[in-house]
Amino acid sequence: MWLLTEEHLEPISIGAGILGTGGGGNPYIGRLRARQLIRKHGPIKVLDVDELPSDSRVICVGGIGAPTVGIEKVRDLQSFHALRAIEEYTGEKATALISNEIGGSNSLEPLIAASMSGLPVVDADGMGRAFPEFQMKTFFVHGASYYPLAVSDEKGNTVVIPEVISPKWAERLARASTIQMGCVACYAVTPMSAIQVKETAVLKTLSLVYQIGQAVLLARDKQENPVEAILNAHPGQVLFRGKITDVARRTSEGWARGSVIIEGMDSFIGSEMKIDFQNENLVAHLNGDPVCMVPDLICIVETDRGEPITTELLRYGFRVTVLGFLSPYLWTGEKGLAVVGPRAFGYDLDYFPLGKE
Amino acid sequence: MFVGLDVGGTNTDAVLMDGAELLNKIKVSTTSDVTAGLVAALEQLLRGIDANAISGVMLGTTHFTNALLEQKGLSQTAVVRLCLPATQLLPPLVDWPNDLKNAIGGFTYMVEGGHEFDGREISPLNFDELKRISNDMRRKGIESVAVTGVFSPVNPTHEQQAFDFFQEELPHIDVTLSHENGRVGILERENAATLNACLRSVGRQSICSIKEAMSLLGLKAKLYLSQNDGTLMDETFAARLPVLAISSGPTNSMRGAAYLSGLKDCIVVDVGGTTTDVGALVNGFPREASLAVNIAGVRTNFRMPDVQSIALGGGSIVYPEEMRIGPESVGFELNNRALVFGGDTITTTDVAAVVGLVRFENSNQLTSLDPSICQKWIDLIKYNIEELVDRMKLNTGPVPVVLVGGGNIIVTEDLKGASEVKRPEHGEVANAIGAAIAQIGGQVEKVFSLDKIDRLQAVEEIKSEAMRRAVTAGARMDTVEVVEIDEIPLTYLPGNVTLIRAKAVGDLYSSSGTTPDL
Repeated sequence: MWLLTEEHLEPISIGAGILGTGGGGNPYIGRLRARQLIRKHGPIKVLDVDELPSDSRVICVGGIGAPTVGIEKVRDLQSFHALRAIEEYTGEKATALISNEIGGSNSLEPLIAASMSGLPVVDADGMGRAFPEFQMKTFFVHGASYYPLAVSDEKGNTVVIPEVISPKWAERLARASTIQMGCVACYAVTPMSAIQVKETAVLKTLSLVYQIGQAVLLARDKQENPVEAILNAHPGQVLFRGKITDVARRTSEGWARGSVIIEGMDSFIGSEMKIDFQNENLVAHLNGDPVCMVPDLICIVETDRGEPITTELLRYGFRVTVLGFLSPYLWTGEKGLAVVGPRAFGYDLDYFPLGKE
Repeated sequence: MFVGLDVGGTNTDAVLMDGAELLNKIKVSTTSDVTAGLVAALEQLLRGIDANAISGVMLGTTHFTNALLEQKGLSQTAVVRLCLPATQLLPPLVDWPNDLKNAIGGFTYMVEGGHEFDGREISPLNFDELKRISNDMRRKGIESVAVTGVFSPVNPTHEQQAFDFFQEELPHIDVTLSHENGRVGILERENAATLNACLRSVGRQSICSIKEAMSLLGLKAKLYLSQNDGTLMDETFAARLPVLAISSGPTNSMRGAAYLSGLKDCIVVDVGGTTTDVGALVNGFPREASLAVNIAGVRTNFRMPDVQSIALGGGSIVYPEEMRIGPESVGFELNNRALVFGGDTITTTDVAAVVGLVRFENSNQLTSLDPSICQKWIDLIKYNIEELVDRMKLNTGPVPVVLVGGGNIIVTEDLKGASEVKRPEHGEVANAIGAAIAQIGGQVEKVFSLDKIDRLQAVEEIKSEAMRRAVTAGARMDTVEVVEIDEIPLTYLPGNVTLIRAKAVGDLYSSSGTTPDL
């Protein structure tokens, strides 16, 4: 068990930005919200999965909406209201909370509900990175239930979805409610047991993003190489280093799609990397050949400062390093790949793990 | 004829222009008594000129930034957010530096009102609560109030209703509405509105002292202030939105560079005494920054130019033992501390003189410097500038580069990545020229569902609104054109919801040089 204080928030948001693989939105507001509540209610308890009592009831909470709306109509305590609603509906009291998504600003959402309820959060999440939709969680792929679920807005409205035929349908129905609610809702899903969390969650990710962020801050402080510091905190691979020479964007069906071209520098001189994104970075091609793809993580950071760059901020001239990390194993089986593999995002590619082909 | 003024922290630059022709230019030290300093500068600039022939005075100033940094003369300010029951966890002023928050009073209120992204009401505006707030503000001696409604850039109705209400209840209080000076992003827009609110009385006073200087010299010309997006606002508008004058300096330099070089799309390198700013001109206007901009420690989403700066200028100190340049600079003391002027400090200007980039009458002070080593310094400066130029480019192809600013002689013209390098005459007063030639603009943004309205129709609607705003701000109808259209699709929403932003600009003057009636 450790206590999450105000000092942890900056490193967590940097680490969460890196594992956000280009998506997950701007963490500035999430950080301020968590800070506001920690100042009021004190630090938040973080439990290792092994510390969960066997009769635990763990509830997953997360934000759902549009990031562009969230910077104008800032989220309040929606995740807390959704938590209370699902407790009431199921008649079960939560004993701990868990993050749906450790990448990007959603990583901080359970902290809001935890601070309000006094409950601990589990050091784990349902993606080990960022993905755009509700159904894309290791919990559901590995058998944890995705219903009933509650969706709450900031006005006091809550929708409970008692039954739904698939996680994808849960996404559709929750999304439709969210839009009517004005696009900054939160959801809470029916409780999981301690065993379920152990078997279906990506473990130790909250402490991981903290360690990654802390390593970056320390390296900046000592004027050391922040990219090396990231890799020391979380083993992975430098896929490429260079300068962004082109960014092409288009929007279709509500997605920010596009690709970025990076021209090699240093040991990569003469080579070119192209990364396709759809909110998150999906596939990286080196000189035309795919070298890293979802669900493996493709993270673009500023070479000098190790600062994660979200896809909306990609711009010509940035000096960047592209890092690749192996996906949590929970994604790389047949069932996982069906939900978040390259084909699930429309690529005619068979997944192979980073470094294997 | 018109006068361009750039009042910086150290120097005041002034130019006198007749149409496209530069008639006179001066550079003097900025004085603490603003009026007296301006009178002296204008007197010198306008010697022998009939005051009646001057039809406009355009001013760029760092005064408002300094007022915030020094926390001088700021109004006691209240911040009212129309939002409840939404957007209350992070109250107004949430991430402000404590000293600035205290300096303006730090009074905040949240009340029912505001809109959703699609223009629906979050809740009806609560007038009973506004009444209670006005009474409280009266008791507390509030001088100025900033009003921010959720999604007011999409639907400003509640902000306007609050404006009317406060005008009625508290006629002596200044009211600032957030939708007039910012875009979507409530904390940043509210911060900008609050900075504006606390600058209202400073703004009025500065405008008064300039008007005083002008009337002492018999100048009946209209007064305009430069905004940070490269357009002008008239004195009435500036008195209402002084915050828009913040950081107009780099913008003016870039616009001046465009004017002097005749280029509309280029990279501008503005070398001062202590720092160099590099920015990009697109269609004659500075490209805007996409990241949040901090002003006096407060996060805003202003229309700031996207500028990269380094601590390198004509006064930067050269350290031969450590093989480095700067970041220290002799600044305004260049004329007595540099070797070439008989001082004891090696500056970049000395190095430039040794390799022949610039000539001074008395250069025998420089014999102690080895020309081949000086060439290495000049190469290092060039390399640094090339890096910045490359970062500002939008694609790999070479682009034209314009060198301006008092220190531009330290940069050679063989820059890598440049298709051509121009060093226009009068480049050292590019900022004052930029102020003098600025246009009047209007900007607007709105969210559309492109399933309900044709995209072209939406774009037309937003364009004509931007043009209408430019004309309202004082631009001549026959010269107004739309210079920027931006479409930002909002992800995760059905119906192709897109935020469209447009900016229109026009000239203040007709070709005959007369002012329009405003």
